[in-house]
Amino acid sequence: MAHATGTKYLKGGILPHMWCSGCGIGTMLGALLRAFEELGYTTTDTVVVTGIGCTGKADDYMITNALHTTHGRALAYATGIKAYNPKLNVVAIMGDGDGVTIGGNHFIHACRRNIDLTAIILNNFNFGMTGGQVSGTTPPQRYTSTTAYGNPERDFDICALAESAGANYVARCTPYHGWEMKENMKEALTKKGFSVVEVVSPCPTHFGRHNEMKETPDMLHWLRDRAIAVEEYRRLPETERAERLAIGTLVSRDVPDFNTQYELVKARAQKG
Amino acid sequence: MQGNQAIAEGAIYAGARFYAGYPITPSSEIAEECSKKLPKLGGVYIQMEDEIASIAAVIGASLAGAKSFTATSGPGFSLMQENLGLAVMGEVPCVVVDVQRAGPSTGLATRPAQSDIMQIRWGRHGDQSVIALCPASVRECFTLTVTAFNFAERYRVPVVLMPDEIVGHMRENVEVPAPGELEVVDRKRPSGSPADYKPFKADEDGVAPLAAYGGEYVFHVSSSMHGLDGYSNNDPANAAWRVRQLHEKIDRHRDEIVLTKSFDTDDMDVLLVTLGATTRSGRAAAIEARRQGVRAGVLQLQTVWPFPDREVAELGRRAKMVVVPEMNYSGQVAGEVRKAVGPDMDLRRVNRYNGTIITPQDILAVMLGAR
Amino acid sequence: MEHRMTTESKHVEVILAGTGGQGLILSGILLAEAAILEGKNVVQTQSYGIASRGGLSLAEVIIDTGEIVFQQVQKPDCILVLTEEATKKYETWAAKGVPILYDSTLVNARTDPNFTGYAFTQTASDMGNALSVNILALGTVTAKTGVVKMETLEEMIRKRFKGAAVEMNLKMLAVGRDLAGR
Repeated sequence: MAHATGTKYLKGGILPHMWCSGCGIGTMLGALLRAFEELGYTTTDTVVVTGIGCTGKADDYMITNALHTTHGRALAYATGIKAYNPKLNVVAIMGDGDGVTIGGNHFIHACRRNIDLTAIILNNFNFGMTGGQVSGTTPPQRYTSTTAYGNPERDFDICALAESAGANYVARCTPYHGWEMKENMKEALTKKGFSVVEVVSPCPTHFGRHNEMKETPDMLHWLRDRAIAVEEYRRLPETERAERLAIGTLVSRDVPDFNTQYELVKARAQKG
Repeated sequence: MQGNQAIAEGAIYAGARFYAGYPITPSSEIAEECSKKLPKLGGVYIQMEDEIASIAAVIGASLAGAKSFTATSGPGFSLMQENLGLAVMGEVPCVVVDVQRAGPSTGLATRPAQSDIMQIRWGRHGDQSVIALCPASVRECFTLTVTAFNFAERYRVPVVLMPDEIVGHMRENVEVPAPGELEVVDRKRPSGSPADYKPFKADEDGVAPLAAYGGEYVFHVSSSMHGLDGYSNNDPANAAWRVRQLHEKIDRHRDEIVLTKSFDTDDMDVLLVTLGATTRSGRAAAIEARRQGVRAGVLQLQTVWPFPDREVAELGRRAKMVVVPEMNYSGQVAGEVRKAVGPDMDLRRVNRYNGTIITPQDILAVMLGAR
Repeated sequence: MEHRMTTESKHVEVILAGTGGQGLILSGILLAEAAILEGKNVVQTQSYGIASRGGLSLAEVIIDTGEIVFQQVQKPDCILVLTEEATKKYETWAAKGVPILYDSTLVNARTDPNFTGYAFTQTASDMGNALSVNILALGTVTAKTGVVKMETLEEMIRKRFKGAAVEMNLKMLAVGRDLAGR
């Protein structure tokens, strides 16, 4: 069998895409479309929901059903689609600003509700489209266009947030590890319940430039050197974990999802 | 039956099978009723984390094929505005009920007002248009909710139903319309080849057929400026066409959308222009005025947006004085009435903004008192 | 205000006022629904505060054989008050000849002949059902005014409540009715 390319979900005549060289969004999108292909998704049974930001432009390149929404609200729109038609494969693609900064409340509630959606959050540590401003995932004391003297705030750990808020599936990936990313996306897409895939990504144009990783490969190398399989990460002593990035499947559990629970509600209502 | 309950019943009658909302006084009875009824009918009731998420879920469900709606009050309606703009831009049928309460801000949470008139019309950024209907009785809560869904479906536009707290919480005896008694409209579905489907390509009537996610028609909907196919398109000519089309599809059907009721306007010297609960104050005042020898009539605005300017102007030409009672300080309706009747009309305002209803006596005092 | 705003033939306006938690809005609903059962037109409105317990809370009921144009009470035919605050709000109506029934357990005694005090809360407590004071007082108001038939209210209670609550509320209604006769 030939390797999946995912190109059958790409809109013709629209490439090259808008993202900067060295950006991880294209790699993320490639992995997602290959995952679609390997899972046999069709354009009719799939809805891609995006928000606003560099990552939110992903639907422009796809020929599945799509809803390009407002900033931070993709998961709320996706919830309406999935709650009404549970047969659809609904995937929300967001950046870190979209997904966990302005959209943080929707994110934790989607985790809690455990609705059967897949959330892909591309985390490049800053607001790329608006010029590289600080976001909810910018690490402390890092530089952005609005933290010229360093970020005084702490960052969210998206995966830990998802785990504690109740998501059934949580994985972390990087564009340096493309095959693994596709495999994690397949797991996320097939897992019943709320799934989160954090794609930790370079943004050489903004975040890298402000943080001594100006050249396109610099941030990729930074990710490569920090990433470590989660199984190995867990064997590390606490003191060695701070500078490392656990990648792979962090959480996989099978708590009943929203639609399953709602079927019980309907059955009870229709009986009484 | 209570007004809010009649709204929930009317929505279900119209075919609504999806409700997403967030509790807020004085609208919560609508949510409670839906949470009891919709699961029985195989529909979905979901309480979201806030009003922003509520309207987003409503729009998502509508694109998945549901007739969907939400209910809120002023503060929640303010939160919904940005996403309501997406429903306008993406031409997504949906209904939002704003049970108006007194502001500003948290204001008087349990008390009535009619002060969201302008926020309903102009509260979103960008240049766009919606439809808004305002009931004055429990029966109208039912029937105008059905109409709201019909307009939303027919014109692919969000429709706001805007009862005030008095009407929302009032109980009256109503006969619930039998199935088939009121017309129920469903959105136009595409019928051509799926490969050729363009979700924003309007038919002769200015409205494009809308598919549902999950069917054979695959489609894009975008909050960004987009072309016929729903994909991003920043071309100035395309942008101009989109904005024009969003307005024109309402403008050209204006006469079907504008609903008013007249009481004793055949022979009158004084015209009262009313909406919602103040319609009843106005009618009582008009009856009393006639007893005292002053010929008064009432024009009730069931449709508030698009504003019934021609209807007001036509009746205004037959009156020597126009009186506009409304539960706000700024005269939100009176301003529109002034545009319709011109600068020379003796236009008198009756305003209350303390969370209590305008009485017939308030109106009589202004109508019969010296200028 | 001497002018009646409606074209009523038989037109009755009732106010039930007290504090949040006394159940007066439910009493108003029961009264309104009983009138509907008798084939009349009804409007019931309410005014309440943000608290489920406490604060002024009231129900207005208008019953008419014809159309009810204005939905608020203009000239009440009977007022029930269960707190001092509510009594003060409506005190001036007594001087205009409107009968006011007040809860002598919770409200300071009034001397105006249009005021009649009943120990609503005390009686309900003595029966072990202080929370049903709303039904008891409704029995008194109905017996005093004849605004609806007592049997219709009983029918409403059978519709509205379930199980042991039906008998208990019917009993409270009867005790309220008997209070009126005293």
